[in-house]
Amino acid sequence: MTINTSRRGFLKGAAAAGAVLLVGARPDGALAAASSETAQFNPFVKIDADGTVTAIVKHFEKGQGPATGLPTLIAEEIGLTMDQIEYEFAPSDPNVYNNLLFGPFQGTGGSTAMANSWLQYRQAGAAAREMLINAAAQSWGVDASGITIEEGIVKAGDKSAPIAEFVAAAAQLEAPAEPRLKDPSEFRLIGNAAVRRKDSAIKGNGQAMYAMDVHLPNQMVAMIKRPESKGGIALGFDDSASKEVKGYISAAVLPNQAGVAVYAENTWAAIQARDALAVDWDMSGAETRDSDQIRSEIMAALDAEPTYNVNKADIGAVSAAIDGADKVVEKTFYFPLLAHAPMEPLNCTIEQTAEGDIVLHDGAQMPTGPHMAYQQIFQLPPEKIHIKTMLAGGSFGRRATPDADYQVEAALAFVVTDRSRPVKLVWTREDDIRSGYYRPAFGHKVRVGLDTDGNIVGWQHQIAGQSVIKGTAFEAVLVHDGVDHSSVEGVTDSPYAIPGMAVGLTDTPKATTVLWWRSVGHTHTAYAMETMMDLVAEAAGRDPVEFRLAHLSDSTNPDQQRKAAVLKLAVEKAGWGNVPTGRSQGIAVHKSFGSYAAEVVEISGDPENGIKIEKVTCAVDCGIAVNPDVVKAQMEGGIGYGIGHVMRDQITLTSGAVDQSNFPDYEPLRISDIAAIDVHIVPSAEAPTGVGEPGTPPSAPALANAIHAMSGVLVAEHPMAENGVSFA
Amino acid sequence: MSLTLKLNGQTHSVDAEPGTPLLWVIRDELKLTGTKFGCGVASCGACTVHLNGEPVRSCQTYIEDVEDAEITTIEAVGDDKIGAAVQQAWVELDVVQCGYCQSGQVMSAVGLLSENPKPSAEEIDEYMYGNACRCATYQRIRAGVQRASEILEA
Repeated sequence: MTINTSRRGFLKGAAAAGAVLLVGARPDGALAAASSETAQFNPFVKIDADGTVTAIVKHFEKGQGPATGLPTLIAEEIGLTMDQIEYEFAPSDPNVYNNLLFGPFQGTGGSTAMANSWLQYRQAGAAAREMLINAAAQSWGVDASGITIEEGIVKAGDKSAPIAEFVAAAAQLEAPAEPRLKDPSEFRLIGNAAVRRKDSAIKGNGQAMYAMDVHLPNQMVAMIKRPESKGGIALGFDDSASKEVKGYISAAVLPNQAGVAVYAENTWAAIQARDALAVDWDMSGAETRDSDQIRSEIMAALDAEPTYNVNKADIGAVSAAIDGADKVVEKTFYFPLLAHAPMEPLNCTIEQTAEGDIVLHDGAQMPTGPHMAYQQIFQLPPEKIHIKTMLAGGSFGRRATPDADYQVEAALAFVVTDRSRPVKLVWTREDDIRSGYYRPAFGHKVRVGLDTDGNIVGWQHQIAGQSVIKGTAFEAVLVHDGVDHSSVEGVTDSPYAIPGMAVGLTDTPKATTVLWWRSVGHTHTAYAMETMMDLVAEAAGRDPVEFRLAHLSDSTNPDQQRKAAVLKLAVEKAGWGNVPTGRSQGIAVHKSFGSYAAEVVEISGDPENGIKIEKVTCAVDCGIAVNPDVVKAQMEGGIGYGIGHVMRDQITLTSGAVDQSNFPDYEPLRISDIAAIDVHIVPSAEAPTGVGEPGTPPSAPALANAIHAMSGVLVAEHPMAENGVSFA
Repeated sequence: MSLTLKLNGQTHSVDAEPGTPLLWVIRDELKLTGTKFGCGVASCGACTVHLNGEPVRSCQTYIEDVEDAEITTIEAVGDDKIGAAVQQAWVELDVVQCGYCQSGQVMSAVGLLSENPKPSAEEIDEYMYGNACRCATYQRIRAGVQRASEILEA
């Protein structure tokens, strides 16, 4: 294989057979290795001799759509139909497949998959198109400017041929320095609501392969017996009862003593043998906190001087302005711990090859995490470790652990064996619910002062909770001046023009292991901001929509204009203010992950006898909607995820042990909970921004505002079902 | 113990202890991985299969109780016209997101349409209540059942 470089960094490697065209980006600092005949070249697009085009997708697919979206970008630029492009998940290679917003780190998160791939994958497709066209120009003896590629057919005047005809010749050409990207007016696939998902059929007929479906020859299934409370240490075990289970193989204390691995011939034997295992625990260093204690610590922090004056406000002046205001609106909020509970319980499989390489089969959200961890655990160079990314059965943040928790656990369970058999680590739902990594509990205390004309004169906003970022590898990048931005995002950077805003933050002590959860800080900040906007508007005697728009009125501020536009569209589409008797509406609007979403929740019934969510209307501005139907689906899902949890769910601790264990006591949103969701997309020419998360933040406050409109009660603590609201 | 299963029109000899959930025989012994493990306590429906045409949760169905039954899994449900219609509707409407629960959703939807060819939204909600979808694709599941009903009517 030869590699040709160009000044803009586009590369093209032609395989020895001369019949494969690979186009990718220059790996930083890896050019020397790529010039070797045998060097591996990791592309974004591969075109085989027969014209088969494959997009190499650098983001994992957990349902959010990159296995459709990234191929769409390449198909658009080359000039293919969606049926003419396949996809494969990229191997682990942070030099090539890094998330451009994460630095040298390959991973999916923060709703960035499309935002960071948008130009990169289009450029790869455009480069491939130009090379195919130049090859056709040489072959036909015509000028390249007269050649087009549409639906996989190269055409010039009366000549036409499938792209396969030119793959070998194109592979001998230089990659273009600056391939011309299509003008949006030329788009056939981008923005086309008729483009279907690439993964629908296999997910409806059982053929889709998730990590849970990996069955390697001779594999063992491992389950981990863990302590009741995190931090317990396994000293030893008695497996005499496990030995009675047919299929039980053995057990071993993990090297870090965090648990005992139980090995069996199959999953059911592993479940039974683990149940039967008796472990001698040292619980002296285990977590001991109760949820009530976490709550008290947070509430105390809200009443004390904050550790961080986040926006460097004159807190004394703001406080004084509120004290002297005509009216003061004050509310304290509490948000409990939440589990992510992706549908596929966590699992992964490790094998060692005959050459001593390690292969991980995983629904890998952040391949660089386990890749780095495995270099330490297995004492291997990076090229001896391979990650095969499988479809993932959801994540909602759970698979994006900075410490690669379950992949490391699998590696520890593997290293204590003789490595002759692959080890498949399987978690049960109970492991998932009880084994930590929660949306942290947070509290907000908000005081807002109004003058006699109903204008805001001060907004004092105290936030307290356990930092998600501190203590992780991301701290250096994401914590500034001590402030974990993910604890205050959505408040400090709110597009609302709010005079006299003071934001204080206090980190509360480590209570359990916490982690980002779909939309991260916005899960609680949007709720506090948007329910307060309603309460303040009410105190000012103003309509909640008009009041919000009055704080988004700067025509020179695109942030305010885009936020106002989604609000207006949601109002129009929801028939705001025109509801049948017995129904109430609530509205919320929030910016997150670069996108703007407004939602109107319409409810019937009453909080005492049962509320029914009749309809949620959503308007979203996410820049160019590459796949409008996927965008709608992500809004539908984000709304359901947000509403489902505030209705019924929380994780509580008793002496450090998690009280919940499975879906019966961590009840998922059910089909009957929301009768209808109606999503509208604001047309945009801006570059794409996030869609996986932005649907979630406004959903819960819109529901709360609807309940408030119906009953006069604003629910300030979750879950709602345990704070005075019953659901039909 | 050794027993014989009639699954997807074929006869399989399997070796499993009494009390073994059908789910694990299907997944680990027969290597039919379309039937999913989600909760193990019949609370999510991801493991739904048909027993003589009726949806059951295979995680709470024991192997010794199914020896005489005709078992159908997601891999074969499309051989039947109702199953084919549901799968077609699922693709037309792009119902799926992560997809992990969708085998179970399809199996339950086929069960519903088998006994009620034209269910109302309320009837769909009632029947499909036990099939959880953490991605919250419910709106499209509801529409998918109705679309499949239309396909079957045509």
